[in-house]
Amino acid sequence: MVERRVMEGSHAVAHAVRCCEPDVVSAYPITPQTHIVEKISQFVADGDLKSNYMRVESEFSAMSASVGASATGARTFTATASQGLMLMSEVLYNASGLRLPIVMSVANRAMGAPINIWNDHSDSMGVRDAGWIQLYAEDNQEALDMTIQAYKIAENQDVMLPAMVCMDGFILTHTYEPVSIPKKEKVKEFLPEFDPEIKLDPENPLTLGTVGFPSDYMEIRHEQYQAMENARDIMPKVFSEYEEKFGRTQNTLTENYKTEDAEIILVSLGSIMGTIKEAVDELRENGKQVGAIKIKAFRPFPDQELIEGLQNAEAVAVLDKNITLGKKGALYTEMKDTLYSADIKPQMTNYIVGLGGRDIPRQSIKNIVQQTKDDLNNGQTREVRFVDLKEE
Amino acid sequence: MTKLREQEDFVSGHRACAGCGLALGARLAMKGVEQDSIATCATGCLEVISTPYPESSWEIPWIHSLFENSASVAAGIEAALKAKGDNETKVIAQGGDGATVDIGMRGLSGMFERGHDVTYICYDNEAYMNTGIQRSGATPLAASTTTSPPGKQSYGNENTKKDALAIAASHGVGYVASASIAYPKDVVEKVKKAAELDGPSYVQIHVPCPTGWGFKESDTIEIARLAVETALWPVYEMENGEIINIRKIKNRKPVEEYLEKQKRYKHLFKKDNGQQKIEQIQEIANRNAKTFELDK
Ligand SMILES: Cc1ncc(C[n+]2csc(CCOP(=O)(O)OP(=O)(O)O)c2C)c(N)n1
Ligand code: SF4
Repeated sequence: MVERRVMEGSHAVAHAVRCCEPDVVSAYPITPQTHIVEKISQFVADGDLKSNYMRVESEFSAMSASVGASATGARTFTATASQGLMLMSEVLYNASGLRLPIVMSVANRAMGAPINIWNDHSDSMGVRDAGWIQLYAEDNQEALDMTIQAYKIAENQDVMLPAMVCMDGFILTHTYEPVSIPKKEKVKEFLPEFDPEIKLDPENPLTLGTVGFPSDYMEIRHEQYQAMENARDIMPKVFSEYEEKFGRTQNTLTENYKTEDAEIILVSLGSIMGTIKEAVDELRENGKQVGAIKIKAFRPFPDQELIEGLQNAEAVAVLDKNITLGKKGALYTEMKDTLYSADIKPQMTNYIVGLGGRDIPRQSIKNIVQQTKDDLNNGQTREVRFVDLKEE
Repeated sequence: MTKLREQEDFVSGHRACAGCGLALGARLAMKGVEQDSIATCATGCLEVISTPYPESSWEIPWIHSLFENSASVAAGIEAALKAKGDNETKVIAQGGDGATVDIGMRGLSGMFERGHDVTYICYDNEAYMNTGIQRSGATPLAASTTTSPPGKQSYGNENTKKDALAIAASHGVGYVASASIAYPKDVVEKVKKAAELDGPSYVQIHVPCPTGWGFKESDTIEIARLAVETALWPVYEMENGEIINIRKIKNRKPVEEYLEKQKRYKHLFKKDNGQQKIEQIQEIANRNAKTFELDK
């Protein structure tokens, strides 16, 4: 029997970590990640998790210690958010370049200034080129499931890349929802022990992290690129296997919600998908042909799935909880690349929503759909719209 | 007389400049680690000269991650070994003076304070050599570097050398030692002691750099010895914060004998008032002699 309990997202992730039994956990506190690492500390204190827990002096060292531990063949976990993720950023690139399958939770939080502890995606989107797999959870159950899946994907011999599981700060980390907690034994059947071929081992001395000259650097980067492409193929298999074992999740990098006959499709990621689905349901009741696509994996980016999902849409509204200054939202710009290469040209509008924790009520989603419809009728006017901006 | 063990863990064929004190320091340090070991290395000359892909001068498992995280990566390795029940393999963290006393200080402090079983070795060539001889926190007073050049209003580096040994000792690090490549056996023995200790230890080895300091490649050992004999580089050991051993100096030499042999101090002998700076440096030496009771 699976255990089903009401708990915060942070605790759901901590339970996933307990089941995956990392050898080393190293972390530094930052709101809204704290409850994850506090719960893990408690598991260690109670003997429910036999990890070597390092209470490091900074996020920079949290990630650096993860690099050392992972390179020694240890399964490793850490968690952070926002400013902490940025302090790690130099090491993030290093971890992926060294091909270390570290798993990290990111409790998404806005970047300062102005300092703000609430949710948006400017932190993880800011490191989208660091060479990490990125998964985005819609709810607490998914945050738990994705954490377990992340280890299996990252540690696959053909991947060997670090993975971050992003979950919206407060909205998921601090919110109680019913969650099914798998049995540790069952997770062990799903996730074999981590035993990498290449590691720091006195029995077989290897040199890791050498100087890559122009004569070799490109090939090494290409291998890394290929590994991320491999992840694209391996992820659906891991999701399917997880579904068979635990009866949850879908085997694709995206989730299509009522898209089949949809004229207008909303695309986004993270917890906002719950609100979007509710809005879609309501609009459907009023006869509107609206659907939604949820991006589960942002890295690798689900090009093929999006092309298939959007080929018949007349208009696409992309909701970004981040903004690239001087350009547009990250999801929007990436999707344009995807559709251009497939020669699909629906009307596309970028809606910037929820920055710094601004609430996104269902009505706002419905307004977005209405705006998209109006644009379709009038011929589109603006590519980027900030939603619910206060008027002076 | 103890014999150095024959096994070389840092082998020749690397790309250091001729007469590099750092390469010699690394070779000696590795001779001190007799147990199975894993080493980390910060970005800097040592890393660049020894691991041009796909070659390596290291016979032990070795990892380079970044400039400022050698201690933190080593702490992670130690934690992983412990988690896997391996209490035998030794972890050696290495870094240049810049990697250690400047940019890596936070991680080093954390590693010390948490008490990881890691031996940290700082190869002190008194500047950022790998990027072209810029000043570091370990650059001594009045030394010329590319970012502390002498000029109409400058006598070279304005500050005195940061005392990283005292910083290490103040963390309660069980074994802290300074060493010099002028005394090879002393280097080996100190690293051996450091590695044998359970818990963090710190050894800072003075490694003159002919390229950065401006002296003849054949004079490296001579320069290293003069630093000790003038009391500008006191050589001593501390256990649990107490000095337990000091290399005494028989006839302490005036600092000029050390300074005049290096281009980085050339301006002091040419400029008006350069003599004043030399006197200040002599005062530093005198203070060292007094603090550590160096004179025999
Ligand atoms: C974060 C970061 N800043 C700057 C550098 C550039 N950098 C590489 S090595 C180095 C100097 C190394 O000096 P030191 O630690 O004293 O070692 P040395 O080369 O003198 O042996 C610098 C500044 C870097 N690699 N990373
Ligand atoms: S610059 Fe100095 S420390 Fe670097 S390799 Fe040359 S001699 Fe050695």
